[in-house]
Amino acid sequence: MIKTDIIIIGAGPTGLFAVFEAGLLKLKCHLIDSLAQPGGQCAEIYPKKPIYDIPSRPEILAGDLVDQLMTQIQPFQPGFTLGETAQDIQKQADGSFIVTTDKGTQHKAPVVAIAGGLGTFEPRKPNLEGLQKWEDKGIDYIIRDPEKYRNQKVLIAGGGDSALDWTIVLAELAQEVTLIHRRNEFRGALDSVEKVQALKDQNKIQLITPAEVTALKGNTQLEAVTVDILGVEANHPVDHFIPLFGLTPKLGPIAHWGLEIEKNAIKVDNSLDYQTNIPGIYAIGDVNTYPGKLKLILCGFHEATLMCQSAYQLINPGKRNTLKYTTVSGITGFDGSRKEAQKSTIKTIE
Amino acid sequence: MDIKITIVDREGQAHKLEAPTDMAMNLMEVCKAYELPVEGTCGGMAMCASCQCYVLSDHQLQERTPDEEAMLSEAFHVQENSRLGCQIPMEEKLEGLKVELAPE
Repeated sequence: MIKTDIIIIGAGPTGLFAVFEAGLLKLKCHLIDSLAQPGGQCAEIYPKKPIYDIPSRPEILAGDLVDQLMTQIQPFQPGFTLGETAQDIQKQADGSFIVTTDKGTQHKAPVVAIAGGLGTFEPRKPNLEGLQKWEDKGIDYIIRDPEKYRNQKVLIAGGGDSALDWTIVLAELAQEVTLIHRRNEFRGALDSVEKVQALKDQNKIQLITPAEVTALKGNTQLEAVTVDILGVEANHPVDHFIPLFGLTPKLGPIAHWGLEIEKNAIKVDNSLDYQTNIPGIYAIGDVNTYPGKLKLILCGFHEATLMCQSAYQLINPGKRNTLKYTTVSGITGFDGSRKEAQKSTIKTIE
Repeated sequence: MDIKITIVDREGQAHKLEAPTDMAMNLMEVCKAYELPVEGTCGGMAMCASCQCYVLSDHQLQERTPDEEAMLSEAFHVQENSRLGCQIPMEEKLEGLKVELAPE
């Protein structure tokens, strides 16, 4: 069981900055995120897009913002449970919470802060008859272990980075890799597009464009897909069909935690501390809603800051606390590191 | 100056809205401003297709950019008249525009 002061669900910018504000108050944090890397949408959807409304940063790439936040919170040694979805929450007799992920990892803390953005990213599924029947029986939306496809016949559908990247990886392993896309143009890193072109030229993969999968066939296991090439249908035997059409956010398990939900977001008390209807559970950033709510990173930072002050009072009832300025107090990390302003030199000029 | 546009939601109900043309707004943002069920997940970067709509009126819209083409090529329920709302800037020539929200 992982024990901490604040369990933060969602490792996007808001969740990451909460680690910093909590750290100033000597509170430790552990973050849970369904994605494999921290950064949330900024890292997953648009790492190379510039953001222009972060105060004092006229322009910063979303990916760089995440990197900088990670550097900023490093002294406070946050824990991470990545690639796992917070599934269940149980209130304990002592008032604390146990949050369990879909993989069974347990976390315990007196305070939970949900910074889940738009929710858990789930694969976008094509609209094909019988799709569910063969999920995990030949159809995969996420590749967890490439070894699974060794010496297998694989068909990947999609036109973005993940379709290109996995085509490159599996070309080495699988018996046969086919990449299929609705257009001839692919949207991905130039390097990946060129690699796939080379693999095609060397006949190491089969590229079918413009085309799409229109039907699935099989018994207990998926056995073939129907491929439509400009109106002509062909049968294509496969062991695995991997549709990679990107991810879409769903509020997910959080929706069933007994929290008050409005318009797909969690209602909080914004006049005070962004606490939900369950004391001890806060919601900050894009995942919450209140009158006048704006889904902006900078608003998430503000909400995280106020939430930490309230969490401090909840964890240390009756204990007096004053706001500290980092210019005066500096930063003392849990790792023993210390950052502070240089003292001015006072010297007589004779 | 405001223009009048019509958005047909996913239940088939038509909403007549007034959209400003001087606020650099796009159709996705107008939908959000009127609290219509358009998520706009990627914030208007033509990267999620959550604002996909079908253009029902015969307005001459700006050509699709390569980014929009690419996104629509990966989206579902795409038709000839599919567009991403976030790529349709509100301008005076769109007076009377009518669109229908594509299924989620």
